[in-house]
Amino acid sequence: MDSPPSLLAAALLAATAWLAIGLLGLLPAGAAFVRRALFPAGAAASLALAALGAQGVWYPASSLVLPLGLPDLPFHLRLDPLAGFFLLLLGAVAAGVSVYSIGYFRDEAGARLRLICLQYHFFLASMAFVLLADDAYLFMVAWETMALASYFLVTTDHQRPAIRSAGFLYLLVAHIGAIAVLLCFGVMHGGGGDYTFDALRAAELSPFWASVAFLLAFFGFGAKAGLIPLHAWLPEAHPAAPSPVSALMSGVMIKTAIYGMVRISYDLIGAVRWDWGILVLVVGAGTTLFGVLFALMQHDLKRLLAYHSVENIGIILLGLGMSMVFFGFGHREAGVLGLIAALYHTLNHAVFKGLLFLGAGSILHATGLRDLNAMGGLIRTMPATAFYFLVGALAISALPPLNGFVSEWLTFQTALQASLIEHGVVRSLLPLFAAVLALAGALTAMCFVKVFGVAFLGRARHSAEKAHGDARLSERLGLAWLTAGCFFLGLFPAAMLLMLNRVAASLTGSSLSAQALESNWLWVVPTQPMQASYSAIIFLLVVLAVVLITVRLVRVFYHGRIRVADPWDCGYPEQTTRMQDTADAFGQPIRHVFGPLYLMKRHLPGPEDANPRYSIKIEDRHWYWLYLPLARLVEYTSSKIGLLQRGRISVYLLYSFLTLIGLLVFVR
Amino acid sequence: MALSLSSQIVNLLAALLLLLAFAMLAQRRVLTLIKLFAWQGAALALSTAIVAHATGQTHLYFSAGLTLALKVILIPWLLHRLIDQLNVRWDIEMLINIPTTMLTGIGVAIFAFSLAAPISQMASTVTRSTLGIALASVLLSFLMMIVRRKAVPQVIGFLSMENGLFFAATSATYGMPLVVELGVALDVLVGTFIFGIFFFHIREQFDSLDIRHMEKLKED
Repeated sequence: MDSPPSLLAAALLAATAWLAIGLLGLLPAGAAFVRRALFPAGAAASLALAALGAQGVWYPASSLVLPLGLPDLPFHLRLDPLAGFFLLLLGAVAAGVSVYSIGYFRDEAGARLRLICLQYHFFLASMAFVLLADDAYLFMVAWETMALASYFLVTTDHQRPAIRSAGFLYLLVAHIGAIAVLLCFGVMHGGGGDYTFDALRAAELSPFWASVAFLLAFFGFGAKAGLIPLHAWLPEAHPAAPSPVSALMSGVMIKTAIYGMVRISYDLIGAVRWDWGILVLVVGAGTTLFGVLFALMQHDLKRLLAYHSVENIGIILLGLGMSMVFFGFGHREAGVLGLIAALYHTLNHAVFKGLLFLGAGSILHATGLRDLNAMGGLIRTMPATAFYFLVGALAISALPPLNGFVSEWLTFQTALQASLIEHGVVRSLLPLFAAVLALAGALTAMCFVKVFGVAFLGRARHSAEKAHGDARLSERLGLAWLTAGCFFLGLFPAAMLLMLNRVAASLTGSSLSAQALESNWLWVVPTQPMQASYSAIIFLLVVLAVVLITVRLVRVFYHGRIRVADPWDCGYPEQTTRMQDTADAFGQPIRHVFGPLYLMKRHLPGPEDANPRYSIKIEDRHWYWLYLPLARLVEYTSSKIGLLQRGRISVYLLYSFLTLIGLLVFVR
Repeated sequence: MALSLSSQIVNLLAALLLLLAFAMLAQRRVLTLIKLFAWQGAALALSTAIVAHATGQTHLYFSAGLTLALKVILIPWLLHRLIDQLNVRWDIEMLINIPTTMLTGIGVAIFAFSLAAPISQMASTVTRSTLGIALASVLLSFLMMIVRRKAVPQVIGFLSMENGLFFAATSATYGMPLVVELGVALDVLVGTFIFGIFFFHIREQFDSLDIRHMEKLKED
């Protein structure tokens, strides 16, 4: 197969189309035009980009130099399998979200919607350019555009102070991360003055400087991805944004950070070291546990989902870290498997977290509620949303045959290769990380039992949801698209395995074992057939068969004797909706088991309280040991530096004079 | 070592330039300050013309003409009009008294000479010995900006700093390329205009050109 630059040109065209659609949104046309014409056009561009990305995986890399940018510093573009895979992720999720937005933004006023349309499409286009960039310059320009566009989207409701401060926190962390990424590029280029990725690949770094570059990249991209302790912006910014934007930020944007980590450590630095892998594993395990434990304590649906994004980034990092460990020790097949697991989970999380955020958006739109404790019984008024949300919940809980299971299973399979490693300590550590993953998976399942049970089942605690019905047609289309993605990725893992194998092979030059490559549509074999194999379709058929047989048996043996009566009410004279289990109550056992992790501010009613109220506030300890001391330090230093500002021109001139003299003395 | 006549004249003019810089540092009256500035410009123009004659660098004639037109005639005339309209032709207040300023100035000059000595030895131009003087007059003008309290003398200090820089360029490398010189000359002219406009605004705001009043602008 020869390299077709036309593929890259088409991808460039699709990304530019997003920019054009965003600018068209500024036209003084009505809101209907923006919704009915521009968002569908954006969805079409997304689909095209997804198709091009999927094609790009199978072709050799092609590159293009744009006559844009600064003089002597043109923009370089490149479409290689890794970029193609992430473009597929971006396009597939963005298509669903764009279709969903047509319905979601139906009540927005024209001016606001035009602005949202501009920011939304610039956000999409900047992510595409992050993925296509082939020099540090374009990468940073796109990276910062992405941060700014998403900042403005987060602060769409900037009239509310809480949202402004969430946006500020996000922008601050994004900038700190961007500085680290910029420094990382500076370290990597090693003084050559050439910042194209080709030059960065060619640069020979000493192990020390390679590690410095990796640490800077890990920190910088970690800030975007939401690793602890840099996660603080995620639970603030995601609930603040409109739901389609939350879906994109959580589904796609934080994945660009994963892209950056993979690109820099595997491609640009090249020689991956196992001690980096251990660092990634430790941080990933901490992030996973932290994310899921705090998600269990939330009763704001979107905050809860944001904490799950933190957790899933941790899971991706567990796969990535294991891959680095295996590559560092020279076990390339196992390393490739870990990389595939991480990338697979990246795609899976994008799809099901996009689905869940969109589902949360539909609930918010129909009932005006984000607080789980105020929802209940929504399955009766919103049956379609309930179904899609259930699929997303099953997928994130890693239940087969949906997609979340496959990638977590592949991560476990990677961990089971630990016996290959000669280093005794590392060999015994890897299963521990797998145990963390298992714990997180179980807790996630518990958390989504809570979400689905409290929100959709039981009796309605709130009467407002009668006002609006279920999700509209376009919202349902968007949800259905992502639901189909969950099923497809779960039922046909072999196709993805081969595709990701191609990505990994282009990055690292090695691929899975020959038996693994013989995986077909029915059976997936990550390593050896006798070690492990999985068939989603057979699993699905068995599950369906068991369910149908059970239903049939029940019908046969228990036919027709259904009696309609009130449920047993423990002898209470009346039942109120407050007697149901709430989200806080459901998480209470976990809160006790992991008590020392949380900072609880609880208000318990006294025995003689006439109007008893119970409230609990779970706070993140990171604020107290990291963020607030840091903020105080910055404030203190700036107040000291502020003393330099005397307001007198003579003093300012004196500063320049003394600086000049100093420079003349020391630099001659 | 016998110096050529042109070299001696350039050295003489350089000495004059330094002397004028010190005179400006010590001067209390705005009108005299402008006169001294014009004289400095004249010395600069003459020395540039002589360097041009001695080395055959024709573009330096243009520079000399430009200096003459701008810094001896146009800008002093503008400044004259400005202080007439603003009615500020009186004494200048200093932040530090004159003897202290002069002593500091001498220290600065010595520093400049010690700094320029190694560079002068490397340079091969006929004017190389004047680099120290050029540097000294830049720093002295800077000092003048620092110790003056009124806005007009500060601007004159700024302009005379540009004189020193120009002289440094001539003495070290026979001047900058003509395009750069044209650009700098235009900048100086535009700068003078802008300063003039600012003066009016400052006086309107504070009824005075004393920059002490601008301390109020500081944010707390």
